Amino acid sequence: MNKIYDVLIIGAGPAGLSAGIYAGRSRLSTLIVEKDKDGGQIVITSEIENYPGCLEGESGPTLVDRMVEQAKHFGVEKVYDEIVDVKLDGKEKVLVGKKGEYRGKALIIAGGASSRPIGCPGEKTFTGKGVSYCATCDAPFFEDFEVFVVGGGDTAVEEALYLTKFARKVSIIHRRDELRAVKSIQEKAFANPKMNFIWDSVVKEIKGDGLVNSIVLENVKTGQLTEIKADENDGTFGIFVFIGYVPKTKLFEGILNLEKGYIVTDENTKTNVEGVFAAGDIRVKSLRQVVTAASDGAIAAVQAGKYIESL
Amino acid sequence: MLVLDKTTFEPEVLKGEGYILVDFFGDGCVSCEALMPHIEELSNKYKDKLKFTKINTSKARRLAIGQKVLGLPVIAIYKDGEKIDELVKEDATAENVEKMIQKYV
Repeated sequence: MNKIYDVLIIGAGPAGLSAGIYAGRSRLSTLIVEKDKDGGQIVITSEIENYPGCLEGESGPTLVDRMVEQAKHFGVEKVYDEIVDVKLDGKEKVLVGKKGEYRGKALIIAGGASSRPIGCPGEKTFTGKGVSYCATCDAPFFEDFEVFVVGGGDTAVEEALYLTKFARKVSIIHRRDELRAVKSIQEKAFANPKMNFIWDSVVKEIKGDGLVNSIVLENVKTGQLTEIKADENDGTFGIFVFIGYVPKTKLFEGILNLEKGYIVTDENTKTNVEGVFAAGDIRVKSLRQVVTAASDGAIAAVQAGKYIESL
Repeated sequence: MLVLDKTTFEPEVLKGEGYILVDFFGDGCVSCEALMPHIEELSNKYKDKLKFTKINTSKARRLAIGQKVLGLPVIAIYKDGEKIDELVKEDATAENVEKMIQKYV
């Protein structure tokens, strides 16, 4: 536990693993601290179509498995622990976890983001009881049931399409009157006979009795409320929420510069604290994708290497 | 851990006596996979206190829905056939599961 690593990395998603691969390959002693499971967001992603080199059929977990293998190949160490405190001032960066303390000369924060909740009554109560943020985890429960997908971006529409393989009907609930997803995904969605669209609407409440059995929608243009009840034979339906993410930056409040919760960095992923870098979904950026996370990780590792040399 | 399926769940859990832990998991659920080794560990630590079981819901969908399980992972505690406590999805961490177990042993 007293070893001082060259590079500490928080998070084993694409950004953290990519940073690990670059740091390990540069012969920097590297430790990745992961809270719960390798891969982060992409392991709950049904299909990865847009990461260069990923052809049809590539899933989040298969891609991550190879990244993990690659990092291991370069001698990167990994520990599963949740960081509860950080000491970033001074030459030695210290991460305090529930199981131990980790010390390093440089720190790369790649803790990512978690799904953004709707924030309506009933949502928390019925999480895992009809409300889900992970189609690959929970879609099989809804075989032949009805499912609602909240959101209109790439993730929402792609996951809705994945859900059509299970559910008999998938309705997208979107607060605008058009989708934000890229055109190729939209085309697939509009061509799929199981897909249905509820425009200009937001979820106001989720109700049920043990399991979800109704959802209250508000039309944002007219203010009209509509309650949709579960089919009597089904007794329940699914509500899958894909309306963006919340960065995991609580630990860094008051230490690092944040903007809307995201860590502010320069284009070299440097934060306002010497020797501390941020990579992936956790930082302020215009595009949050596997490819940009991997790119950030590479830059952060190289910058961390330069910083260590300058010490 | 005792591996259950849709035919053995009823005799082992719903008609079981005392405290029984059930790990509901599914195919392709990475969170379930990540949690499983921790539950195995807990099963070694607490095996004298309660019965540890697991069931693949991908092969027992109706049963899971009947137990009001519609999202994974779920770690539930049954007492004399009744579900008395559970941890669902993000709340189902190794730490929380151990705390839940300690309430009943």
